[in-house]
Amino acid sequence: MDSHAPPAPAPWTPRIVAFFCTWCTYTAADLAGVSRLKYAPNARVIRVMCSGRVDPQFVLEALAQGADGVLIGGCHPGDCHYVEGNHKLLRRFQLLQRLLTDLGLERERVRLEWISAAEGDKVRWAINDMVETLKPLGPLNLPGQQQAWDRELARRAENPEPAPDGPPPGPTAPIPSPL
Amino acid sequence: MKRNGEPEIRVGFYVCHCGHNIANTVDCAAVARYAATLPGVALARDYKYMCSDPGQELLRQDIQEHRLNRIIVASCSPLLHEHTFREATRKGGLNPFFFHMVNIREHAAWVHTDRREATAKAQALVHAAVRRVAHHQALQTKRAPIHPAVLVVGGGIAGIHAALTLADAGKQVFLVEREPSLGGHMARFDKTFPTLDCAACILTPKMSRVGSHPHITLWTYAEVAKVEGYVGNYEVTVRHKPRYVDASRCVGCQDCIKACIYKEPKFPDTFNAGLSKRKPVYLPFPQATPQVVVIDPETCIQVKTGKCKQTCLEACVDRRAIDFTQRETLERVTVGAIIVATGFKTFDASRAPAYGYGVYPNVYTALEVERLVNASGPTGGAIVLRDGRQPERVGIIHCVGSRDEKTNRWCSRVCCMYALKLAHLIKERTGAEVFNFYIDLRTPGKGYDEFYGQLLEEGVQFIRGRVGEVTDWAFMPEEEGHLVIRVEDTLAGYVRRIPVDMVVLAVGLEPQADAQAVRRLFNMSCGGEGFFLERHPKLAPVNTFTEGVFLAGCCQGPKDIPDTVAQAGAAAAEALVLLDRGYLEQEPNTAFVLEDCSGCKSCLPLCPYRAITIAPETERAVINEALCKGCGTCVASCPSGSIGQNLFTDQELFSEIEGLLAPAAAT
Repeated sequence: MDSHAPPAPAPWTPRIVAFFCTWCTYTAADLAGVSRLKYAPNARVIRVMCSGRVDPQFVLEALAQGADGVLIGGCHPGDCHYVEGNHKLLRRFQLLQRLLTDLGLERERVRLEWISAAEGDKVRWAINDMVETLKPLGPLNLPGQQQAWDRELARRAENPEPAPDGPPPGPTAPIPSPL
Repeated sequence: MKRNGEPEIRVGFYVCHCGHNIANTVDCAAVARYAATLPGVALARDYKYMCSDPGQELLRQDIQEHRLNRIIVASCSPLLHEHTFREATRKGGLNPFFFHMVNIREHAAWVHTDRREATAKAQALVHAAVRRVAHHQALQTKRAPIHPAVLVVGGGIAGIHAALTLADAGKQVFLVEREPSLGGHMARFDKTFPTLDCAACILTPKMSRVGSHPHITLWTYAEVAKVEGYVGNYEVTVRHKPRYVDASRCVGCQDCIKACIYKEPKFPDTFNAGLSKRKPVYLPFPQATPQVVVIDPETCIQVKTGKCKQTCLEACVDRRAIDFTQRETLERVTVGAIIVATGFKTFDASRAPAYGYGVYPNVYTALEVERLVNASGPTGGAIVLRDGRQPERVGIIHCVGSRDEKTNRWCSRVCCMYALKLAHLIKERTGAEVFNFYIDLRTPGKGYDEFYGQLLEEGVQFIRGRVGEVTDWAFMPEEEGHLVIRVEDTLAGYVRRIPVDMVVLAVGLEPQADAQAVRRLFNMSCGGEGFFLERHPKLAPVNTFTEGVFLAGCCQGPKDIPDTVAQAGAAAAEALVLLDRGYLEQEPNTAFVLEDCSGCKSCLPLCPYRAITIAPETERAVINEALCKGCGTCVASCPSGSIGQNLFTDQELFSEIEGLLAPAAAT
């Protein structure tokens, strides 16, 4: 083997944006830290007061900005610090997941977990498990796809008539990833 | 970075090494270098201990020297030190809400092993914070008044001590106890280790002080049914169970007990762990506080069928204290703080079937033996077996339902010491040979190990090994008619069979059976084993995650009486801090309605605090700041995006998402 070959690039791993409620799941993640549990470094946490604060737009924005998955963590049903913010989120979440699957996204990319303040181990499990679930799905790469769509639109604006032997127009046409 | 009409954003960024805690896994210098490249960052430093006085002073000076107007500290969890750094920011002359904290210890350094990956994650979190703080606004905290009364739940030694401490400080205390009398588990003990003080002699004076204290309202045979409101203004509903005796008229003469239609006591006496009998009308124990009898609805013929001669009523004819028309009643009180001291239950020994509890009559739990050795117990303090014989050989098995993979993993902390105490008392009273079977002897406490030393001198035997089984299957003639304890003596290195007359199971401590329901009632958390969870194991050991709710005693975890009393005092002190300050600084994370609200009313049913109403003149939603608790549910649900939340505005959260996923931070 050639010892002067450049080091292989690090294999792709998913990037996850996590929204954790401050009272249960964020505290559980702190507990995981204090207990020195080790888990995958793929998830980055945004703290909100209640999982009920998680607007579907946050999830869409995270995916649009390049996240491969979004994890939402809230208190167990019945345990919400604000009585029932987590129930309100659950309703929204189910609609959001339907919307995303209708758009062709795998439902595993958006995930909801109830994790109480005592369940540091469940934080570790949820993040590790999500990373393992997302790996076979590969990168979502919405920003790259959006750029490709933009370029395609620009190209068609310049050339209104597609080449007769070119690929048929339409949303089903495969668009090569620019990255 | 500059925003229209506002001064240039100048972020001061600090990354804390936390000694080696963060620096071992995260390259702090690299994080600081990275932060320095981000837009708006005027200054980026790494420092060994940001929370130390010099660290805070550095921050304060930098704000002035470098004209900083946003501060970010990347260190531990904001739940730990956000307050510290907000205060330092304020001292530097800046509104404290221009500060933001990044958690790279609990969420990065401590949970990852790869230094490169942990550093990259820390950098992404920092990038998010830098984007976020640009949108921060100056905010003012609100002050809410605090109702100067405290609810204490549980009348064991923890609740009693907390209630007396608060009442002696002049605060109004409501003490709710589920049983008909105060006292809890401690009232059932004979002596306390290691000083061998008589438990009743040190407890009952405190009980009667509670009963007569002008600032304490004592409600026994009552339970908390509902808790509403929030710190400073908890609305508590208490359910009074019918005791069929008017507590204000009963003087505790017990004539009704003598007159009861049952000539002899017939039903198991729960206070004596079922070792004696009582009548349907009874006084829980001689020193019960209040000295008011109670009628057991499960066994009283009149309550059950309405067809009793009611001889008790005749006996009480002059005081007319007995009242079969009593029904459950509800009462509401307003308190500023709540102390939960609901105690524990002992491990059910029949869950460890190898030890023969419930199979062999002469296998006892430690609590039963406590009653046996007690002078006011079922035998008047005589330690005798169920057939009346005095035991000549007694085996005490430690760690029953503690430190056991099959039942409970935790050490119950008190069993070693109470087992030693019982060993001493049994040996002293009967002269019996006493064997202790232990895994490890845990005697960490003032005078505890000395007590163990004293028992060794007294000739109590100690055999190290977890007992395999207790059996009546005799192998040798000397085992005939005895219980045999089979154990591997791990110091001698062989299996031994020890014949004894009496087996005492040192049962461990468990959460109360209804701990989960109580947890929900007060909006607390439980640890994995089911005890109530303190806010921080070291720095906030009596606080819970709910402001104004404090913990005392074994409901938080197994502990002995000195620790329980110390914790109860601490919980009372925490409640006093709240009450004496008189007001509460509230996090200004409330929601507010923006100009373009259309008045669609979809937010109204979402608010659990009814903080949102529609203003009739504008037909727009308005949020009552005093009622809003800042969950943000309405913000996320507004169809037109017309509700904002301080500290968590859409802009702040969107820019956090952007920063987290910014290409420069990608690995």
